[in-house]
Amino acid sequence: MRRDIFQAIADPTRRAIIALIAVQAMTPNVIADNFRTTRQSVSKHLRILTECQLVKQEQKGREIYYSLEIEKMKEIDNWIDQFRKIWETRFNQLDQVLSTIKKQKK
Amino acid sequence: MNDLLFDFTLDKSKKTVFITREFDADLSLVWDAFTKKEILDQWWAPKPLASKTKVMNFKVGGRRFYAMVTPEGQERWSIQKYTSISPKTNFKFLNAFADKDENPELPGSEWDLSFNEENGKTKVNVSIYNESLERMEKMIEMGFKEGLMMTLKSLEDVLATLSGK
Repeated sequence: MRRDIFQAIADPTRRAIIALIAVQAMTPNVIADNFRTTRQSVSKHLRILTECQLVKQEQKGREIYYSLEIEKMKEIDNWIDQFRKIWETRFNQLDQVLSTIKKQKK
Repeated sequence: MNDLLFDFTLDKSKKTVFITREFDADLSLVWDAFTKKEILDQWWAPKPLASKTKVMNFKVGGRRFYAMVTPEGQERWSIQKYTSISPKTNFKFLNAFADKDENPELPGSEWDLSFNEENGKTKVNVSIYNESLERMEKMIEMGFKEGLMMTLKSLEDVLATLSGK
């Protein structure tokens, strides 16, 4: 199944997980301790985040640590900026058009 | 840059994006700029894209069928079907992407545009509602933006401190 980053952050638990591991890499057990939900549920969210390439896993001894893929997070940021930028550009263009029309009328 | 009001927010619970912008022109001119295709095509597409309106029939039940054209000549068509018009006050339409033969990709989004003039300036309020979850997901991260930005910012600060910059 193809997943994208927007799907990853559509869920509040996943957003909370992202915020947690943004601070430091954590094992699934430590992550789960922060939630009232089951460990299975946290594992499922971690799997989705991994499939979306928003988090990466690292083996340290017997433990697996999850951490955030900063570059991937920046893609989200770029997308927001683009959306806002479209409207900014569009309306700045309208300013120009309005000013031209006003001059023609005078 | 100018000092005209520009506000851009997302209300997740309402699945709606709100955009407010002020223009230094009177109401009837701004209204025309949004409702006449000759003017619309001059500003609707953010450069380097161009807006090409093939059909525009500005009345309730009418539609605007237009394309965003890339510099390479690629066309991305949309249909805006007008559902309500109160002259110089408000109009609403259903927006959907479409193919070149006007077959819409549903569901689309519901747009609501309000206009009012104050002291010679005209304020336009745009709201865009998306019922589709998939489309909504594409917008959800905007509400997430603030928290995420702070997280990333503090992380960058930490990294900068650690690396001694």
